[in-house]
Formats: sequence, C-alpha cells, structure tokens
Amino acid sequence: MSDVAPAVRLRGIGKRFPGVIANDDINIDVARGTIHAIVGENGAGKSTLMKILYGVQAPDSGTIDIAGTQVSLGSPADAIKHGVGMVFQHFQLADNFTVLENVVLGAEKLHGIGSAAREEIVRISDAYGLGVEPDQLVEDLGVGARQRVEILKVLYRGAKVIILDEPTAVLVPQEVDELFGNLRELKAEGLSVIFISHKLDEVLSIADEITVIRRGTTVATVDPAGTTSRELAELMVGSELPSPSTEASTVTERVTLHVADLGLPGENRPLLEAVSFDIHAGEVLGIAGVEGNGQAELVEAIMGMRPGATGTVRLAGQDLTELSTRKRREAGIGYIPEDRHRHGLLLDAPLWENRVLGHQTRKPWVRRGLIDRGASRTDTQRIVEDYDVRTPGVDTLARALSGGNQQKLIVGREMSGDPILLIAAHPTRGVDVGAQAAIWGHIKEARRQGLAVLLISADLDELIGLSDRIEVILRGRLVGSFDPGQVTPEQLGSAMTGAGGAA
Amino acid sequence: MTNLDPRLQKIGLGLLAPVLALVLAFLITSLVLVLAGDPVGEVWSTLLGVPAERNVANILNNATVLYLSGLAVAVGFRMNLFNIGVDGQYRVAAFVAAVVAGEAWLPGAANTVLAILAAMLAGAAWAGIAGVLRAKRGVSEVISTIMLNFIATGLVAYFLRRVAVREEGSNDIGTKEIPEGSRIPGFQIGEGSTTEVYGFIFLAALAGFTYWFLLNRTRFGFDLRATGKSTTAAVASGISVTRMTIVAMLLSGAVAGLVGLPLLFGDSYSYGSTFQSGLGFAGIAIALLGRNHPIGIAIGALLFAYLDEQSNPLQILVGVSPDIVAITQGVIVLTVVISYEVVRRYGVRLEQHAVARALEAGRPTAGDKEEEARA
Repeated sequence: MSDVAPAVRLRGIGKRFPGVIANDDINIDVARGTIHAIVGENGAGKSTLMKILYGVQAPDSGTIDIAGTQVSLGSPADAIKHGVGMVFQHFQLADNFTVLENVVLGAEKLHGIGSAAREEIVRISDAYGLGVEPDQLVEDLGVGARQRVEILKVLYRGAKVIILDEPTAVLVPQEVDELFGNLRELKAEGLSVIFISHKLDEVLSIADEITVIRRGTTVATVDPAGTTSRELAELMVGSELPSPSTEASTVTERVTLHVADLGLPGENRPLLEAVSFDIHAGEVLGIAGVEGNGQAELVEAIMGMRPGATGTVRLAGQDLTELSTRKRREAGIGYIPEDRHRHGLLLDAPLWENRVLGHQTRKPWVRRGLIDRGASRTDTQRIVEDYDVRTPGVDTLARALSGGNQQKLIVGREMSGDPILLIAAHPTRGVDVGAQAAIWGHIKEARRQGLAVLLISADLDELIGLSDRIEVILRGRLVGSFDPGQVTPEQLGSAMTGAGGAA
Repeated sequence: MTNLDPRLQKIGLGLLAPVLALVLAFLITSLVLVLAGDPVGEVWSTLLGVPAERNVANILNNATVLYLSGLAVAVGFRMNLFNIGVDGQYRVAAFVAAVVAGEAWLPGAANTVLAILAAMLAGAAWAGIAGVLRAKRGVSEVISTIMLNFIATGLVAYFLRRVAVREEGSNDIGTKEIPEGSRIPGFQIGEGSTTEVYGFIFLAALAGFTYWFLLNRTRFGFDLRATGKSTTAAVASGISVTRMTIVAMLLSGAVAGLVGLPLLFGDSYSYGSTFQSGLGFAGIAIALLGRNHPIGIAIGALLFAYLDEQSNPLQILVGVSPDIVAITQGVIVLTVVISYEVVRRYGVRLEQHAVARALEAGRPTAGDKEEEARA
C-alpha cells in the first residue's frame, strides 16, 4: 500500500488571516521519490502553505496525509516526527559552531553528540553526495556548503519529505547546478522534495511535477516536459507577462555620475577598493555580484551614509565628496534602498509622511521650515494614482501595505524629486510580478527621460534585461565589465565568484 | 469602502487604549484592597469624589508641574530617547533659576524672564551631557541620565551650601528669596478657597502648544519623529542622527528646566533643602499615559494630580494609607504599556483589512494601469 500512497497529500487546505484568504482549497499530491515544485508569485500563499505543512501554523480546513496516513501537525516537532523537514531560505546555523555541532544541536537524543553522530553525518553525506565535513567551522563555509549542511540537518532528523524554500535565491548559477545534483541524489534514494521557487527556468529543469498557486489556491499541476516558462508564468499571474529587455539605447555623451577611486576601509579587508566608473545620462549601469561583496557599501558610500569612505563622487560636475546625505539628495539623487523597511519607510507613519521622507527640504510640502500637510497629501494622492499604489488612502500606515505597494510608493516618491541619478538597489526584491513589471517600466521610463540609473540586483535576468552595461563586483572591487547584449547568466556567475575574468 | 473616516477611527482607537488601561488599573487596585481587607467601596468613593474648590487649586498646581515633567519626557520619547534624568535636570535648573532670580540683577519681570531662560539653559546643559555621550560615544542615555541624577543631587547640595542663607528659626537653608516684583502672581478660583492657582499654568499651556507645533508642524519636528520611528530610514533620508540626538536631549532638558519653576515662582520663592523632588519620575508615567500627545499629557497630569489630592483624607476617613494611590499610579504605567500595544495591533489589523478591501475593489482598474505601464 505504502508504495501507492503519495508521500504527501493535501486536500482542501484553507487558511484565513484577518482580511486575507492566504490559502483556499489547496490540493497537492507529492509522489514518493519525486521533486515537486510549487510556484507562485510573492503573496500567492506559498509560504503559508509550507508553514502549514511544517506544523508552524494550523490550517482552518482540509487534511494532510503523509505516506497514506492522515496526520495533524501541531508543531515543527510533529512534522519532523512524521518525516517532514524544512530548509529555510535564511539559514539557521550558528557560525561559530562546527558542522557536527550544528547538526546535533536540538537532536542530541538521536545519536548523541560524539563519534556516533559523526559517523551518521559522514554516512548521510556520502549516501547523498553532500560532501559535508563534520568538523569544519560553519563560518568557513560558502553559501552552497551551508545549504548542504541545512539539508543534512533535516536528513539527520529522519526526514523523508524535504521542503526547500527558495533554495536558489542565495546561490550563483554554478552552485545551483550542484544543489540540483544533490536533489537528484535524494530523489534517487526514494525521498521526496518539495521545491518552492519563483525562478521558472530552474523549476522546469529540476522538477518532476509543478503545482502553480495563484491567489491562495492551486490553479494547475503541470508536467515540466510539456510546459514552457512563459506558460508557467502566465498560470502564475493569470495574464500575459512582461519581460525586462531594454529598448533602443538612450545613452548620451553627458557624464552624470562620476565615481573615482572610491574606497571604504573594513575590519579585515577593505569593503570597497578603487571603485571607479561613470554613468551617463540615459544610461543604466547594472552591478552584479554575490550578496555581501560591497554592493550595499557602494550605494551607501555614494549616498554619503558611510563616514569612512575615500575617493571622489561627482554628480553632473558637482563635487559631492564632502556633502552630507541630505545635500546629496538635494543635488538630484533618487534612492530606492535595498531594504525598504529599514531605509525606505517609516512603517508606523502614514503614507503622506512617508512622501515627505527624504524630501524634507523640498517645496511645496515643506516651506520655511514648516510641513504643509495639504500639499503633501495631494502629492501623495498623485503618486498613489500614477504609480498604482493600492491603498485605501494616504492616511494609511505604510506598514499595512503589501511589499509591492510599499515599493511602488518609494519608486514614485524618489522619481518625484526631480532626480538626475536614480540608485535602485534590488528594486523588485520581494514584490509580486505585477509590481515588478510596473517598477521595470518606471526604470525604463527614467532612462528615457535621461536619468542616469545605478541598478543593483541579484536577479541576473533583471540586470541583463534593464542594463546598458554591467559591472561585476567581487570583494569590494569591480572585476569585469560586460555588455548585457552578449553576456549569459553563466558568464556573469563565473565572474561573480571570481572563477573567470572578462575584459 | 470603510464605514468610518480613518482619522476618526484613529482618534477612537487613541482614546480606547487609555480608558482600557485605567479600567484595568482600577480593577487591579481593587484586588489589592480586597486582599488587604480594606473597604474597596469607601476607598473609591473617597478617591473619585468631586474635589472641593481648595482642592481644585491644588490639583491644578500639582498638574502644572507634572505636565511640564511629562512634556520633557515626551520630547525624548518621540525620538526614542529615554530621558530618566528629568529629575536631576529640573533640580539643577530650579536651583540656577532661584540663584539668578534671588540675585535680582534685573528689575521685576525682566528678572523673571532671565531666570526662566537660565533654568532652561541649565536643564538643557545637564541633559546635553547625556545627549553628547549618546551621540558621540554610544552611551545609553538611560544609564547616563540616572547617574546624572545622583550627581545633580550632590552638586546642588554642595552649591546650595555655598550660596545659601539660613532661614530664621529654622534648620532649612535656601537661596535668597525672589523679590516680590519678580514672582509670578497666581489667581483664585471661586470664593471659598485661599489657595491660588499658579500663574505659571499659562506658561505650561504655552509650552504644550509649542511642543505640539514644533513636533507636528515643522520640518525639525518631522526629522525628530522620523528619527524616533526609524534611525536607519532617517539616515537614508538625509537626517543627521548625531545632531538630532543632541538637539532632542537639549530640548528635553530645556523643558525639564521648567518643571520646578511653578513652585519656585508661585510658592516657595527660593530653592531650599526641602524643595520638592521626584517630579521627574512621575513625568515618565504621565508621558506614557498621555501617548506623548500634549492634550493626552495634560489629561494624564490632571489625573495623577487628582488622585494624589483625593488620597490625602483616605487615612482619616476610611483608615487606608494614601499610598494605595501610588499603587494605582504604578499599575497604570504597566497597563498603559500593555493596552497601547494591544490596541496598536488591533489598529494595524483594521488597517490591513481596509487595505485588503481596497485591493479587492481596485483589481480591475489596477489591471488596466499595468497594461498602460507596459505599453
């Protein structure tokens, strides 16, 4: 019997939160020994569904069967007991512990903490080709290796069903290939993998079956062999889809941003070193790099938020080097920050106050040191309409909006300050496909209007699609310049990890 | 789509929280009374009775002082600074003001104005120490202001000895009395009361208005509140957090400098060893209760002053220690924090409902706009 019963069967799963239906009538069968992908845009209900399956949240309706038996999962411990394990997008490892210590942490009862545990780790690592050394310190491991430790942790606890939440978001293309190799090993051993992603090409290449979730419910389960990524995307969005891709070049001869020999000292090695580039009016310069290689520091140094920075920054001939962040903004920089909650918004302030943020010295909303609420409200209303921010009104707190709508508000605000340079750090991270298309549209529009755009993104397709030129940043240095018309994501990936150079 | 105007809804929620907190605090106090075997009903009927005219003047006077204290703490709160040091700041400031006014270098009202300015400067300077330490060296203002309170006590006692004149027939020492022309006259309410209400109450109201205007209507206030809500977002928007920290502490200290002045100019006319202390700590509770809003703080100050005044006859009338009011006031601080959080979460949920509804309604038109954006 157990060979016939699917590893996981979800029937009619529903979950409501105040004001939203997160899941509604979800039906999924995950067959044993397969990789089952679940795709859907951000906010479609994937994470809620996974939390239900991992016992973090209880469903309001529906049933969960694991290996043919109906179960009720009240906590992650229950889920683990039934052989369901989860690898989170953000790793949950203690950096200053060894692999062994991390793996046995919280599971000391299984094989102790000594040689029995070490043997078990080596056995699992060999069996599935994970290549994990039990005595290495986690802080010495790369991202891909850490992920394998996370997978091993789950296997060590006896998981037969492994949920991977956006596992490739943090990996470069080469590491993705390695991960997929590991997943195929797991599958070959009869384990089932639930793979959550919104990167459709990857899903098509690895999954045996794909379930699409849209607005909280399962809309289709398809066979990857007979499906294109475009068809998948259309199932996700429910309508036809935009793509980045730049139109005719609008690059001019006029240098808008001139950065020369920018440096930023760090504790062990410089965070930025000898970074020089120009961005012309009407040009989009993309910065590619594995996260943590100096992208955030580069942006903050240009914004004047890093006191220790050395080198020169000029904007349309004006020397910004000695100026404060406020003066730099006034000189014409629009800034879409990487972390909109930390740097872009006052979450507990109404939208109209967020409209003023970063533009406190601009007329008409601030005159002679006084805030003009009426003018700010009116202008916020304009942004809400022009940029399609979905909100009941301008007095709503920023916290209440979805990520995509928050981001559209920020884009609208930053484009409304008459900038000549737009810095966009991960502008579409964590926003739904609709908002993503809109934000891409706004960046293209900015380029057409003759703005210089500095685009930082971890999404290589986005970089290639929008940029006129791509620079790769590695350990705080620019290590290669690419023409997006010629380069492939794989070539960029090599440069990002330092595996290959470029002219 | 919403039935209620969101702004009305916001005000309603704003009122709900303190009412909830007070009801809860009264219940807990009642519980304490029951456990102690004291007569619950009589205590409340004494406490919550209508005050006599004489008592009303006392309540207003006490509330004036508490109001300024609450205001001083609230300035810090708005920027996420916890100024525990109002207590030390107002004592340093009141001492300086008493010395300046007592010396009477200027005649009449000019002397008063000079003394008030000196008090604000002294309060600001004392708080500024904590501000600079926080901004430049990252020292927690909670720790530094507590320490500064102790130092203030010693410092004032030391200098008081240097400048003091001994009052005749008393062991108390104090600064020179403020000349009559430089005192701030009070006024009577009603016929049957001989206690005058401090004239300083109007200056306190003015301080409240200035606070409201500065924080809610000016760019400076916007920067201050933005920094309080999110330091990181403030930095990204171009605000110098170092500067704002120091300025906010200076402002908080300047307002703290006013706290002792109603007493000084309306009652004691000199700073002596018996000058009232502990007013700064009540301000923390009152700022919390009043949600840092100038009207809210006024209500909080009146409530605390009212409870204090009404508790006086408790011992005589029902044989219960007036300290029960301190329990109520302490419990209020706790329940206020809890009920505000509960109501805040409820408010966020309501907003999310509203956003969800707007989303549902906006679907078709929003889709059209995406088409346009793509075109």
